[in-house]
Amino acid sequence: MITRLNVASIYVLDKDEALDFYVNKLGLEKGNDVRQGDYRWLTVRVPGEGVTEVSLEQPGPPLHDEATAAQLRELISKGALGGLVFITDDARGLYETLKERGVIDFTQEPTDHFYGTDMGLRDPFGNHIRILQQGKVAQPATA
Amino acid sequence: MSRDVEDLNRRLLRARDAMDRSYAEPLDVAAVAAVAFVSEAHFIRSFRAVFGETPHRYLQRRRVERSMFLLRETDRSITDVCLDVGFTSLGTFSRMFREIVGETPSAYRKGHGPIVAPNCVQLAAMRPLRAPD
Repeated sequence: MITRLNVASIYVLDKDEALDFYVNKLGLEKGNDVRQGDYRWLTVRVPGEGVTEVSLEQPGPPLHDEATAAQLRELISKGALGGLVFITDDARGLYETLKERGVIDFTQEPTDHFYGTDMGLRDPFGNHIRILQQGKVAQPATA
Repeated sequence: MSRDVEDLNRRLLRARDAMDRSYAEPLDVAAVAAVAFVSEAHFIRSFRAVFGETPHRYLQRRRVERSMFLLRETDRSITDVCLDVGFTSLGTFSRMFREIVGETPSAYRKGHGPIVAPNCVQLAAMRPLRAPD
């Protein structure tokens, strides 16, 4: 039986730029960075043991023909492809840290809900990211 | 060139996010177009080409989605909900709501209780489909 999710993937426009964002701004750590011919196997992950890795995929050879790659790049930059949802132990503190590190594309500032406090942002390419601090909040905010 | 397409898409997405953040305020097309670094006219045309509807229509659907949230999850009066989400006239709000959702605000409130789903899911999944043009 399946015991764990090993790797999830997101599409980015540039692996180097993605690595810089996810490691230096978001605070993840680099997982694998291995060249296999024309392909670079590059993953990031939340620091820790046994965590799911996130593979950073870039449209283009060897994975995609140019027409497909162009379609993917268009979709990525419209924010139409997938995203990631993270957990934090301190949403508001993290928000300040992210701003200090130069994150500018926040879609939603930390907001209280019945299930906790979460915020929304985008990576440089348009992928959406949610970060949630779980836990009951005394009085949920309005819409 | 592909690069220009991605670049414009990303800027339009950033402008759309700016609209979502201030959805309850009057739409300042000049300000939002500036976020995308394009002229007003170019912004409206490009937005429609990329996202399939005009900025105004997108914003109306966002406001209606937020009003649906407030009708389901709170006891605020329909008039207050109307103002909360940025409409200035109850008549306009009711007409827009009915056109987009298919029923009146009060009928919607009667037929729907609170939805226990995370905010990000509600923002994305509960936005009403646009009515036919």
